[in-house]
Parts: sequence; structure tokens; C-alpha cells
Amino acid sequence: MFEPSRNENLRAMKVLVTVLPKPSVLDPQGAAAAEAIRHLGLTGVGRVRIGKVIELELPDSTPDSEIHRIAKDLLSNPVIEDYSISK
Amino acid sequence: MKFAVIRFPGSNCDQDCVLTLNNLPGASADFVWHKDTSLAGFDAVVVPGGFSYGDYLRCGAIARFSPIMQTVKSFAASGGTVLGICNGFQILCESGLLPGALVRNKGLHFVCKHQSIRVESTNSRFTRAATKGQVLNIPIAHGEGCYFADDATLAALNANDQILVRYCDAAGQTTDAANPNGSRENIAGICNETRNVFGLMPHPERACDAALGSTDGLVIFDSLLKC
Repeated sequence: MFEPSRNENLRAMKVLVTVLPKPSVLDPQGAAAAEAIRHLGLTGVGRVRIGKVIELELPDSTPDSEIHRIAKDLLSNPVIEDYSISK
Repeated sequence: MKFAVIRFPGSNCDQDCVLTLNNLPGASADFVWHKDTSLAGFDAVVVPGGFSYGDYLRCGAIARFSPIMQTVKSFAASGGTVLGICNGFQILCESGLLPGALVRNKGLHFVCKHQSIRVESTNSRFTRAATKGQVLNIPIAHGEGCYFADDATLAALNANDQILVRYCDAAGQTTDAANPNGSRENIAGICNETRNVFGLMPHPERACDAALGSTDGLVIFDSLLKC
């Protein structure tokens, strides 16, 4: 198990996984937020989508394929969500 | 027929299921803890409602990794009967045992009320005691019950007669107004292609005693018990 606080030799990186509902999936939270932005007086707002951001602390050596596996098999549900990864 | 009712941390309809099943002639039920790995001696599995793992990440997303779910998957693969109710339906979708997914209700509110649903197919071990078009009055209680599947999946569900129940009004019309959560095509419950796994958002176990306002849920369990 990866325990950065106990292993100073292991370099860690932080990875952000962003998960958003697919464009074809109803996002009532996003629609409600868009409406609220209009109430702020900003009429130019288009579609708003609400998802989540997950921060992962991983060993530097973690291959991208592993990060994609985590994102695809657990953090997102490919039926309804898309994800992107940034390091 | 002996039912295993799976109990996850956060399940809250497990006791209702066990009580209901134990009251039915020919049926008995026992709890099975999510860390167990055996379903030996059981004829059918119920994945009950609730908020397994606090609905963390997504409803049903964490429960899918529970030890017992690996056994439920092989049980289903060998033709065993699996019924998922509410959160149980969400878990079955997350596990890949049923197609599609359940997302936040269109109206954003948690919906808790009696709801009419129409039996769309009696060609399953879950609905064979019903009649096609029969309207059942069964409680729903969910915040994430909006059924979503892409067009190709919906077409396959229709072509294979996998949509077993749809939301409707009291007259049996599947109108938009009768859709409590924005589910595609008013879908309330579906089965898998091999017709041995059934998931639905309504709670038939809460509609098996006249004191609770409806006994329409009995037809689901009667179907299972009818050999």
C-alpha cells in the first residue's frame, strides 16, 4: 500500500480527475445553476454542467494506464459520465 | 424458496424485505452480510433499498466492490434469480448486471409517494403472476431514480421485451406527467437479457400488507414463488 507519509523515498504526484455528465444525460443540477446565474443578471450563460473533481495522490511512477483504469472503472460511470485527467 | 437479502452498510430496506418474505407461504428469508462470500442454500437473492456506503461517489458505486457482489455476479451468471429494489437496482446497474444507470431525478427533489406502474411484460419469473397492462400501486422513495440508457440500449431493451414495468397514471397511461423522475420512456424496472435479474425503483416489499395501504407488490413475489 502506498503511504507517502511513511516512505520518504517514494515521490508522490497529485492527479486531478474531472468527471462530468455526458452531454446526452439530463443534468438538472446544471440546469438549476444556469437559471440561478440568470437570476444574478448574467443573461449570456449557456449550458451549465455539474460534475466532480477527485484529487488522487499517487506514486510518481504510476503509469497513465493505471490512472485511466481508476477513472474509468470506479471514479466515473461510462454509461452516464465522461472523465478527464490532469497532472 | 429461500431468499438471501444482502445487507450493506447503509441498507435500510433489508428488514422490510426479510419480514415481507417470511410472511409469504412458501418463502423464507435471511440476511447476508456484504462481507460474506457464500450464497449456498439460497434459491434467490434480493438486493434491497437504502443508501449503501452513504451513496458515496455514485449510488451503488462502492457496493459493487463488496465481496458478496462477486458471488451475486456468479450466481446471476449461472441463472440464479436476483431482484434489486431501489438502491439494489442502482447497485445492479453499477455492477453491470443490468444495462443503463440511475441519475438524479429530473425535478431534483427526493420523491416519496405511492406511484402507479404498469406491467409491460409477463414473460419473466418476476411478473408471470400479473397480467399484461396491469396497474400496480407501489411506493417509490428515491432521489436518483431517473433511468438513463443510450438510444441503442433502449432499442435493445424494447426489442428483447426487457422493460417489465413503466410509470403510469392511475388509468395506466404512461404520460410525461405520470413520470416521477424523468426516466427515459417512463422506465421503472428492467430485466437482463436472460430474464433472471430484475431491477426496479419502486418498493414492492412495502406494498404487501393492507395496513400499509397497498398489497399490489405481492404479485412480484407471488410470481417468484409460482413454479
